[in-house]
Amino acid sequence: MQNRITRLFAQKSEQLLNVYFTAGFPSLNDTLPILQSLQRAGVDLVEIGMPYSDPVADGETIQQSNGRALSNGMSLKLLFEQLTDCRTGSSGLPPVTIPILLMGYINPVLQFGVEAFCQQCREVGIDGVILPDLPLDLYLTEYAPTFRKYGVLSIHLITPQTSEARIRLIDQASEGFIYMVSSASITGSVQGIDDPLQTAYFQRIQAMNLRQPRLIGFGINNHDTFQRACRYANGAIIGSAFIRHLEAEPVTASSIEEFVYMVRGQAILADAN
Amino acid sequence: METLAPSSFSVSSTGFYGGFGGAFIPEMLYPNVEELRRNYLAIIADPAFQDEFWQLLTDYVGRPTPLFLARRLSEYIGATIYLKREDLCHTGAHKVNNTIGQILVAQRLGKKRIVAETGAGQHGVATATVCALMNLECIVYMGAIDIERQKPNVDRMRMLGATVVPARSGSQTLKDATNEAMRHWINNPEDTHYIIGSVVGPHPYPDMVARFQSVISEEIRRQLFAKTGRETPDYMVACVGGGSNAAGAFYHYLDEPEVRLVAAEAAGHGVTTGHSAATTALGKPGVLHGSRTILMQTEDGQVIEPYSISAGLDYPGIGPLHAHLFNSGRGEFYPITDGEALAAGFQLSRLEGIIPALESAHALAALPKMNLQPNNVVVVCLSGRGDKDLSTYVKYLP
Repeated sequence: MQNRITRLFAQKSEQLLNVYFTAGFPSLNDTLPILQSLQRAGVDLVEIGMPYSDPVADGETIQQSNGRALSNGMSLKLLFEQLTDCRTGSSGLPPVTIPILLMGYINPVLQFGVEAFCQQCREVGIDGVILPDLPLDLYLTEYAPTFRKYGVLSIHLITPQTSEARIRLIDQASEGFIYMVSSASITGSVQGIDDPLQTAYFQRIQAMNLRQPRLIGFGINNHDTFQRACRYANGAIIGSAFIRHLEAEPVTASSIEEFVYMVRGQAILADAN
Repeated sequence: METLAPSSFSVSSTGFYGGFGGAFIPEMLYPNVEELRRNYLAIIADPAFQDEFWQLLTDYVGRPTPLFLARRLSEYIGATIYLKREDLCHTGAHKVNNTIGQILVAQRLGKKRIVAETGAGQHGVATATVCALMNLECIVYMGAIDIERQKPNVDRMRMLGATVVPARSGSQTLKDATNEAMRHWINNPEDTHYIIGSVVGPHPYPDMVARFQSVISEEIRRQLFAKTGRETPDYMVACVGGGSNAAGAFYHYLDEPEVRLVAAEAAGHGVTTGHSAATTALGKPGVLHGSRTILMQTEDGQVIEPYSISAGLDYPGIGPLHAHLFNSGRGEFYPITDGEALAAGFQLSRLEGIIPALESAHALAALPKMNLQPNNVVVVCLSGRGDKDLSTYVKYLP
């Protein structure tokens, strides 16, 4: 079967919305309900955070959600258990058909075992993985064959400081999409993406005619920033803003729909068919 | 460029010591770390750099530090014990050897601002000191809990003009201060240099810091030869938190197997008590702060918060060089409890009139465990002085 991420980008090239949430947050068993609700609300793909004690690329919001998930008892093993039936739709819930990525840090994956991790990903239906502290060269020399064997895509990041040569390398060596970090920052630490330097960076990348589609992340938090990102890329990724929403609002399908519609700029009633 | 003889304990071109090391960093840090990796060897090898570095070590730090024959301690232990007096460096510890080197590198890379992490505050003070000297802005991240328990060093940093920022994430100690400093660097990639205080972090930091600290063993060879007619001791002993003073003390002996390299790590209340920082005794291979090393962690790969009475040894990992020394058997690691370190600190004070830092007291406490013979010549790296630890020591005064 073709990878769901690859298939998605073959079918849709604009206005893609990818939403991040931390597994086991706010409560241990919220992972699956949140995933279901995001799919129902029309999100194109999701990124599930594997909580880690030391998430250096993340700002306060996602750090705190990681800490809370860990104290709730979340682990990689438990996450795979929670996701076991998500693709088949047992226990009365509709099957999840949108692509699912896991996002996290390399150490818990190393302790789980890279091969066992990839195998579990295939079994439960994970399509891709984002490990920010696994740099491209180490991925290619040590882990790429294992990821490929199980059909799991490794998504890589570029930033405004990434050189053109390195962007070309990442474009050639990676699959799925390129994760464009909108500014020199950790997650959740910038508000908005309308700096002229950012626009220049977005335009520069747009003009490179890369092989891979691109999603812009970091600093996307509402309809305006989502639309702005979509002007320069195939879509955008929202993380911290959704975590803040989950902190402030009850974890219900309607609250999650409200958030997604806010980002998309859709009227809720108009879509309630 | 490679001035050292090839060695199985030298870093490889990709930054590995055996299976440990590398640069496990997010893409946001790649340009900074890559800029440093491409340039550090050439910068250090430049004669103008070497002149300035040695001038500062001599006139500002006060090097060479003495190699002192501790007669009464030798008599008590039953072997010949020399102390390498890094406690006599300006700012009170070996940390300044590295910050002098790195600030000169930062200047040559055109950086305008310095960021650093600190646990006990020794590295923070050494960084604030060289920033004042070179007129660079200095931001030091320190765990909120450490700020409370190391107030004198916080005051010193502020007096030197540094901004001390409390790290409030996670357990609010050294590990989290390091995370926050890395985040600061991600947010300020172009004008900031991150001065890491130990032989940890992504390549090239462990190698660069070890090179700057290698002045310790370079001097020991010369001084020991002048005193005894031989350049090599039977044992070289140092404490290991991240491991920078040990890396410096071991450096010029790494390829001489007749010199036994002894590392004292902090066992806290005891290795098996759940309140310990004995990384090699309790850890497994993993990735922390940019390198693959030995790391205290749960079954699920979450980092465990260590404990030691000594804030400078209170770190859940060790430098990749030390992980390789441990794994290959080249280094011998002794866990030392809080009580053993305190006793060794009191003993040195009374026997030799030297109050050691609690970190260095761990190295001294290894001596009675080493089964030393009367003809053995031992050098202990006395990495720092104990002034900063007085409030802890007095609580336990015998």
